[in-house]
Amino acid sequence: MQPQTDMIAGAMTTNVQAPARVAGKSSSMATMVLFAGWLIPGAGHFLLRKWIRGSLLFLSIVTMFTLGLALKGKIYSPNTGDPLDILNFAGDLGMGILYVLARVFDLGQVTVQVATADYGTKFMVVAGLLNIIAAVDAHSLATGRKVS
Amino acid sequence: MTISHFGAVLLFSLFTSVVFGITQRSDPRMMIRFGAFCFVLFVGGTIAGSWVMWLIKH
Repeated sequence: MQPQTDMIAGAMTTNVQAPARVAGKSSSMATMVLFAGWLIPGAGHFLLRKWIRGSLLFLSIVTMFTLGLALKGKIYSPNTGDPLDILNFAGDLGMGILYVLARVFDLGQVTVQVATADYGTKFMVVAGLLNIIAAVDAHSLATGRKVS
Repeated sequence: MTISHFGAVLLFSLFTSVVFGITQRSDPRMMIRFGAFCFVLFVGGTIAGSWVMWLIKH
């Protein structure tokens, strides 16, 4: 009876253990994946050779950001002083290089002029937040926290 | 570009659900299931919320 109990306990322990860093890459690689994923949507997954996931993430996030611009949404700037603006700026900043490009080419309206422009603003903020989630997911894959 | 309110809901739900599905599940089959679940929840929640607001107004 005892050996069988030990065997079951052993099997359970084996199943419960999290395979942290078993399939993981080096720390610098994981950091690079995180940074690339933030800079370009889906790039973190591309570096890990997850082509389909990376493509779907890229398409979803970039389309959402582009729709936001097409709907005349607003791109937030860093130093307006309003706490809500700062939060929205943090969301926008999640877009990485797309945010930089939008600022450089002066895209996005300064003020909301039509009702649907507010949707555009929210589309862009949420696209930035989704990009951060995608970059963190790529980082988790690189470190082995997420299995596959 | 103009878009209807419901069109905006559908597009928002679609893209958000794709990202949620990919990032929150490991197995591809479960990714699709979770993405579909999120999409239905987003759209259904919006429609339900709209009816609640209509009932409050009337």
